[in-house]
Amino acid sequence: MKSLEELKAIRERASKKINLRGGGEGEETKILVGMGTCGISAGARETLTALIEEVGNKELKNVYVSQVGCQGNCFAEPIVQVSRPNEKPVLYGKVTPDKVKEIIEKHVINGEVVKNLVVGSAFH
Amino acid sequence: MKEQVKVTINGKEVTVPREYTILNAAVEAGVRIPTLCHLDLHDLKMVNRTASCRVCMVEVEGRPNLAPACATPINDGMVIRTDTLRAIKGRRMAVELLLSNHPTDCLICPKNLQCELQALAHELNVREINFSGAMNEFHIDSSSQALVKYQSKCILCRRCETACNEVQTCGILSALNRGFETVVGPAFNLPMVDTSCTYCGQCVAVCPTAALTEVNHVPKVWETLNNPKKYVVVQTAPAIRVALGELFGMEAGTIVTGKLAAALRRLGFDQVFDTDYGADVTIIEEAKELMNRLENNGRLPMLTSCCPAWVSFIEHQFPDLVDVPSTCKSPHIMLGTLTKTYFAEKNNIDPADIVMVSIMPCIAKKAEAARTELAIDDHDNVDIVITTREFGAMLKEAGIDFDKLPDEDFDNPLGESTGASIIFGTTGGVIEAAVRTVHDWMTGEDLEDVEFTALRGIEGLREATVDINGQEIRIGIANGLGNARQLLEEVRSGESKYHAIEIMACPGGCIGGGGQPYHYGNDEVVKKRQQAIYEEDRRKTVRKSHHNKEVMKMYEDYMGEPYGEKAHHLLHTSYSPKERI
Amino acid sequence: MKNTRLHMLVCGGTGCESQGSDKLVNALNLVLDKYGYKEEVTVVKTGCFGFCEKGPIVKVQPDDIFYVEVKPKDAKRIVEEHVIKGRKVEDLLYVEPNEEEKLEKQHDMPFYKKQHRIALRNCGLINPEDIEEYIAVDGYLALGTCLTEKTPEEVIELVKQSGLRGRGGGGFPTGFKWELTYRNKNDLKFIICNADEGDPGAFMDRSILEGDPHSVLEAMAIAGYAIGAEKGYIYIRAEYPLAIHRLNVAIDQARELGLLGTNLFGTDFNFDVELKYGAGAFVCGEETALINSVEGGRGEPNAKPPFPAESGLWNKPTCVNNVETFANVPPIILQGPEWFGSVGTEKSKGTKVFALAGKVNNVGLVEVPMGISLRDIIFEIGGGIRGGKKLKAVQTGGPSGGCIPEKDLDIPIDYDSLKSIGSMMGSGGMIVMDEDDCMVNISKFYLEFTEEESCGKCTPCRVGNKRLHEILTKITNGDGTLEDLDRLVSLGEYIKDNSLCGLGQTSPNPVLSTLKYFRDEYIEHVVHKNCPAGVCKGIKRKQKEMKQQELKEQKQKEKEIQLH
Repeated sequence: MKSLEELKAIRERASKKINLRGGGEGEETKILVGMGTCGISAGARETLTALIEEVGNKELKNVYVSQVGCQGNCFAEPIVQVSRPNEKPVLYGKVTPDKVKEIIEKHVINGEVVKNLVVGSAFH
Repeated sequence: MKEQVKVTINGKEVTVPREYTILNAAVEAGVRIPTLCHLDLHDLKMVNRTASCRVCMVEVEGRPNLAPACATPINDGMVIRTDTLRAIKGRRMAVELLLSNHPTDCLICPKNLQCELQALAHELNVREINFSGAMNEFHIDSSSQALVKYQSKCILCRRCETACNEVQTCGILSALNRGFETVVGPAFNLPMVDTSCTYCGQCVAVCPTAALTEVNHVPKVWETLNNPKKYVVVQTAPAIRVALGELFGMEAGTIVTGKLAAALRRLGFDQVFDTDYGADVTIIEEAKELMNRLENNGRLPMLTSCCPAWVSFIEHQFPDLVDVPSTCKSPHIMLGTLTKTYFAEKNNIDPADIVMVSIMPCIAKKAEAARTELAIDDHDNVDIVITTREFGAMLKEAGIDFDKLPDEDFDNPLGESTGASIIFGTTGGVIEAAVRTVHDWMTGEDLEDVEFTALRGIEGLREATVDINGQEIRIGIANGLGNARQLLEEVRSGESKYHAIEIMACPGGCIGGGGQPYHYGNDEVVKKRQQAIYEEDRRKTVRKSHHNKEVMKMYEDYMGEPYGEKAHHLLHTSYSPKERI
Repeated sequence: MKNTRLHMLVCGGTGCESQGSDKLVNALNLVLDKYGYKEEVTVVKTGCFGFCEKGPIVKVQPDDIFYVEVKPKDAKRIVEEHVIKGRKVEDLLYVEPNEEEKLEKQHDMPFYKKQHRIALRNCGLINPEDIEEYIAVDGYLALGTCLTEKTPEEVIELVKQSGLRGRGGGGFPTGFKWELTYRNKNDLKFIICNADEGDPGAFMDRSILEGDPHSVLEAMAIAGYAIGAEKGYIYIRAEYPLAIHRLNVAIDQARELGLLGTNLFGTDFNFDVELKYGAGAFVCGEETALINSVEGGRGEPNAKPPFPAESGLWNKPTCVNNVETFANVPPIILQGPEWFGSVGTEKSKGTKVFALAGKVNNVGLVEVPMGISLRDIIFEIGGGIRGGKKLKAVQTGGPSGGCIPEKDLDIPIDYDSLKSIGSMMGSGGMIVMDEDDCMVNISKFYLEFTEEESCGKCTPCRVGNKRLHEILTKITNGDGTLEDLDRLVSLGEYIKDNSLCGLGQTSPNPVLSTLKYFRDEYIEHVVHKNCPAGVCKGIKRKQKEMKQQELKEQKQKEKEIQLH
């Protein structure tokens, strides 16, 4: 180890390895995909994969993609919920892989809700 | 000027050097603090600072617990109390607890009236043992010819360990087991005879109780003296005459040579010889051997070989160097040999009827006498070895009032001695005696001032250069096996610059031997014995071995050439490598 | 890698491993592979979560779902349900004792709620066998900062200001110890990490070494820089194979990255670490005994002074700190002494890890801020007493700690308060006792331990503890007298006052504290020959004998009456 910079470079690289593990502290944006039978049959897996890839490509920190069970809105599957810290969760319906980029770009990164995809806000 | 600090002990302020312990300071303040494990033979570099017995506990202001006086350094303004109930209770309780796990057969104990634990119980006024309970019972190890180990009497002061490991570097004794069963012994608690123990006896010399004592050979001597068929001859080593008096209440360093000879005669020995005669013969042989090695590019340095513990040490610890020591047998073995050959022949006595008893300051001599390779014609040179202490006990048993004995002489011819042989009893003495002879022989002169003071002293390692006929003879001296080890490491690595090295296993030499009267941790005792040795040398008119008329006569009449063929057969030996355990 | 969306953190501490967490990791990987999720889900073996009562533990992140008592056979369900369908496996969630509700999140669980993790910060979070994961959580940043931006004096000052005290038992201020060693000038000095965890049932140091070995290596290097040592030894029990393995892996990785070795961070500071194995003697936790053992000698203490800071290993100035103490150092450097000082009490800063054991529901490892009450630890974190029984006492500080009665449970715990009620912090053992425990028998049990573990060097400990034990045995056999109780006190106080090292100086604590707080139980044993908890078998025998004797005498009497 020659310098502090060298260590910090390793830290940058390595932090990607473990950035999923900070969950549960309330500081992160969570993207939840409904993965009940209905969701999976409606193509939720592909949506989930696309979300993970996009988050990865953009090297977003404190953004976690996770899956949940059926939320009861089976008509709108695949359903994706985005919860930013200290904001009310937003529920998007019929999120096919091609819509993933827009949600990430607008809502996750810039905090701007993609209104035309919203199923219903504030369901909690 | 050393830095001085002030401490207050029991309300009395004293100013003492900064490096003092509380115990040292208490001595200055006139306050007695009892000790047990503590041992400080400062000048002999044997210091036991284990602070394990907890008998010297005192109160120190500001410290939550009691402190061991022997191991606690003082600091400026320290306030110490030794007289509070808490401190007194602490000290007495330690002795009580030790006694609760100690056999109480004091009346028939070999250390009766010489036991430091016993004395302590008396001093602290211990009248009952409030905490009696289970006691350890270990078997008695009397496997060796030299020492008896009775672990049930061990109080874990660890002095023997310090002597064995730090001073002598033999590494035989160490604490075994844990907790209540802890005891000191060799690895795996092997019998002593199966270890590399040199039997130097320094552990015995410092043991406060009877956990380590010499093998008692007194009954054998009584038996022999009362056997009309036996011709019993006795010899005594030079170091006995300056120490024996201590057993009879005399000041350390009192010379009792005349009373010693008289006492031996009273006991009924047929001949009272002096090991000094053997020492003079040793010098004749050793001086010739050294000159031989010097002249013929022989193995150098040459090491002296009078000390059996040292010989055993080199065989076990430096088996690759067994060709370095002189091949001379030790003085008492030589005297034994000469008694059973030369003397027996001359007086027409069957050597098989002769019993040779050696009185030695040493317990290793007991083991040495049993070495089979030293035997001549299938009989031992020396049959029984007893220590100074055993001899003192015999005299008491015999009802001899030592104080009132007249001064007598040793018997001829093997009682004739010189100043050179007397100084064999101290470190530096053997080599000084050798130099006196080598000098005269190499120069052909008769040197008047025989005192080579450069060779004297009590430090563990010394060196001196003696100029003989333009040739520089470099001499090294070691007393204590740890010091010997240092010189031997140099010999092993080829870095040794000496021509001759004198080694004695015991700190101070034979005067500090393991068979001497107990010094009870006072190195002044040893130093006074050394002064007495040199005083005895000064009293002698003949102070060179080659001037011992009886010795030279023996060579003329019987032995032939010194270091010659017959001498080789009778007076020399060889050493063999031994396993290190 | 970028496709990974889930991390399954499987506890790889000794406790969980012994319950099959190794097999569980394999099973999870196998099932994930089968379903084609290997890329998406990473299974990580981490250090101890501390909740050993409910092991093996699996924490799924970022979902923050905490599964307990997971068996290898559960792997299939976890993958099928949680990974594929996004549903929690309900029956693997934690249920608080005496409550119905299932708790899925770690921080909702009372066991974790009141904990504050500094020393254990990375245990259960990172893979201890991957140095990069440690670096990812700011590992070695403290060392780098110290070496490149601070002088040794500044580092010592930081540690001093933090108020960190030795976590191994003594509670000696760490910064002060460093300073003492720093001040003793010598060409050679040593750092020793004391990992000779000997208290029965205690395993905080083991867990740190298993779960976060680099934090200790980093702190040792920092300490080395501060005092001027280039060599560190970790004295670790040979019975800790997993910790030894993880340490060896960590040392290798650190050497490879140049975080141990020469010219660290481009400076002229060199530091390396070597392991020394202990054979499990309790007394080797005492620093001078430990040093003797490292040197190859018999593990027994020396009289102090001289302290190791003056003359320690090979007679060179040596700084000995405990594992947990070291684990606290990097965060102190990075987050500052004020941050550290904000946790804990005025004289005892920061947190302490305790090994909670005995009659509580949640046995395990807990890290709590200093100043928390014993009641909070036992009843909140520990979930109360097993089987709804009544608490009788709690013993802190390992085998030579004292027993604290119920009435003192609300005292905020720190070094000084524990000492004031006759116990001690020790290294963090905490054993809870209920009404079924006999306090006389308990103190006899501890005495048996210390008596056996005494090195035998000094008289008070070697003989005194034996005698104490004998008296206690006499009492539990129904042969005790009231005088024996006085003898226990007088002997116990003598041993404390006169012993050579900490072992003897504390060994009578269990006896003395139970005699103080539970004297009635002793009196019951001694006067009425009765063990109220019904534990002491000897006294039962005695009772039987007494009854038989009574019956015999009665019969004899009746006979005599008939005769008359």
